[in-house]
Amino acid sequence: MSYEVVGITVLWTFLYGYLIVASVDFGAGFFSYYTKQRKKNHIIHNIIQRYLSPVWEVTNVFLVFFIIGIIGFFPDTAYYYGTALLVPGSVAIILLAIRGSYYAFATYGAKESKWYSFLYGATGLLIPASLTTVLTISEGGYVRIDNGNVQLLYGELFGSLYSWGVVILAVVSVLFISASFLTYYASRAKDTNALNLLRKYALIWSFPAITMGIVVFFLLNKRNPEHFQNMVELWWMFGISFLSFAIATYFIWKKRNYGTAFILVMIQYFTAFFGYGISHFPYLLYPYLTIYDGFTNETMATALIIAFIAGLLLLIPSLYLLMKLFLFDADYVEGKKSKVL
Amino acid sequence: MFEYDPVLYSRILTTLTLAFHVIFATLGVGIPLMIAIAEWMGIKRNDPHYTLMARRWARGFIVTVAVGVVTGTAIVLQLSLLWPNFMRAAGHTIGLPMFMETFAFFFEAIFLGIYLYTWDRFKSKMKHFLLVIPIVIGATASAFFITTVNSFMNAPQGFEIVDGVLTNVSPLAAMFNPATPTKISHVIITCYLTAAFILGAIAALNILKGKNHVYHKKALHLTMVTGAIFAIGTAVIGDLSGKYLHEYQPEKLAAAEWHFETESEAPLILGGILTEDNEVRFALEIPYALSILAGGSTDTVVTGLNDFPADELPPLWIHYMFDLMVFIGMYLALVSMIFVFFNWKKNWNAFSRPLLWAVFAGGPLSMLAIQSGWFFAEVGRQPWILNGIMTVSEAATTSQHVDIMLLVFIILYTVLGITCVVVLRRMFKNNSVEHELEERGIVHHSKQEAN
Repeated sequence: MSYEVVGITVLWTFLYGYLIVASVDFGAGFFSYYTKQRKKNHIIHNIIQRYLSPVWEVTNVFLVFFIIGIIGFFPDTAYYYGTALLVPGSVAIILLAIRGSYYAFATYGAKESKWYSFLYGATGLLIPASLTTVLTISEGGYVRIDNGNVQLLYGELFGSLYSWGVVILAVVSVLFISASFLTYYASRAKDTNALNLLRKYALIWSFPAITMGIVVFFLLNKRNPEHFQNMVELWWMFGISFLSFAIATYFIWKKRNYGTAFILVMIQYFTAFFGYGISHFPYLLYPYLTIYDGFTNETMATALIIAFIAGLLLLIPSLYLLMKLFLFDADYVEGKKSKVL
Repeated sequence: MFEYDPVLYSRILTTLTLAFHVIFATLGVGIPLMIAIAEWMGIKRNDPHYTLMARRWARGFIVTVAVGVVTGTAIVLQLSLLWPNFMRAAGHTIGLPMFMETFAFFFEAIFLGIYLYTWDRFKSKMKHFLLVIPIVIGATASAFFITTVNSFMNAPQGFEIVDGVLTNVSPLAAMFNPATPTKISHVIITCYLTAAFILGAIAALNILKGKNHVYHKKALHLTMVTGAIFAIGTAVIGDLSGKYLHEYQPEKLAAAEWHFETESEAPLILGGILTEDNEVRFALEIPYALSILAGGSTDTVVTGLNDFPADELPPLWIHYMFDLMVFIGMYLALVSMIFVFFNWKKNWNAFSRPLLWAVFAGGPLSMLAIQSGWFFAEVGRQPWILNGIMTVSEAATTSQHVDIMLLVFIILYTVLGITCVVVLRRMFKNNSVEHELEERGIVHHSKQEAN
């Protein structure tokens, strides 16, 4: 494998990691707000708080890691995307900033407030919507380059069916992934009321999630036929994705194997995400930028890969410890262990 | 009225984000060490007051970390959005430490999550203490890696430019450039110093308000002893930084010191104003001091501003930033040493009101010194973003709308800053030390020591 491929694989894997952990977090924020409005908050509040409090910071780091990594491996992306994305990127920063800090203010500041929980819920849906802009414009046709000046075509972006399709896909996926994880977490906590409610949410959002996936797949044909053709050649990956979705939903519906169901949901998104990524190859931005343009030098690539491996050796045991204490420790999950600051 | 200039707006917006972030970043690097020291003291002396101190500091810390994390994320994104050309060059040359910084922070974030929620989970107190070590290491390592990037901006090396293309890159040489040793040690130790003084200021304020529990005295003593050590360390490193500047960035040193004529036996100028024909008025001159700062002896020749091309000089107001930073540094060293000395002399009163006020003032002043230090470092590098290689105007975005973004971010940081203060105040007001001590049934030694 060339350095370029190693680099993009590592980064894509991290972006996938972000997709999963952030979706759980974003969706949890929305469900928390929604149930508060409908006075059902007491049912799922504990489950959500118990899981989120120790892990929320970790989520943000996945994103930062991806951004720093892509600049390290593919410095030209900083130039193209950096210039084009000033406004959508800033909007994402603001939403992330509001979400992160108000979560901490509410949780540690020890005061429940409707306003905080509204911010937390609303940003949970708006952040994925704003971040998907990057994937949308990567398909090409949304950016114009005059004499080296990169410009985002806002009319094109807001007027295109594909771009809205991706936004809706992102939002419904967030809700589906989150609900299926929280269903599993509630079942581990043996919290029947929370389980019933969250299971219902998982089932409600399963259908829109898969439908939007298929809709976007076909919308891409109009937007970028070349990419669409490559995707069709990888049909088996999307096939696995669909199959995983079907089994996962079946399990949740039949009220059994919630753990396996969530793993299947992860596989569903893994195959779809990588299928999308591999068929996008080698373009980072159609048609201007491929992974072979302006790749960083070999010394830097080697150094980054070594640093990456060393970093993983440090992180994997730490993440394991975190999960052991808060995700797999039955007493903690069930609320038998204190969670006092 | 103003013509839209993306370079100017990008500079203002970056200044704003960095100045806001650095408050939280400084605390983020410094406070974990203070927490670790307090928890350690609690175990070694078997004194629950120190343990509670660590616990309360950690609780306040997490709120500042949250703002630090989100503004840190903002910087990463904003650097790419506002300085795309710089980030492209940086990706080729100094990407490695940036990449490692995220790992360091990742590591810290994981253990912070664990640390906060496991106070009563282990039988052995030592086990919980061990969890704070990775937080201290992660926080300091983050500062280390990110400061190497800033050092690189001051003394870029480890690459060649052939026909405008960056080649022959050596990531380690770029990381360990001549500015690195003094810069990282200066940044890290001043983070510790500032954290000690911020926490010390809180303790001093509590005592000034008439709270006479021994807990506050212990907190004040702990922060002032550590503060004194870090302040002395800061002074030594500050001296070495002067020698670095003399050798590698003489124009920055000359601008900081309003030093126009190249000469030996150069005096150090404190304060003063500059007339239109560049004459220094009303300043305090310390003979020979600049030569000594620059080279360790009075006969060191210090290059003056007149010997540099005028369009490559930073603005001369950085002199005040430099003076402010140095003055506050000395003030902090003096106050903390006086406190420690008074406290050591058994029958002298270290808790007199004037001294407590002086300690309290040290809190905000130390943060002001951090700000002025960074303003000096960054503005002092102008017009360069990469010293001698790329100017800020070459690096900036050409994009529209930076002005609107500036406005939006001003609002964002104002709201975040205010809420952060409100939340912190409420957290500690609703749950005072005295109340918490009672609630947890801690009565340790308080009677013997309180008098």
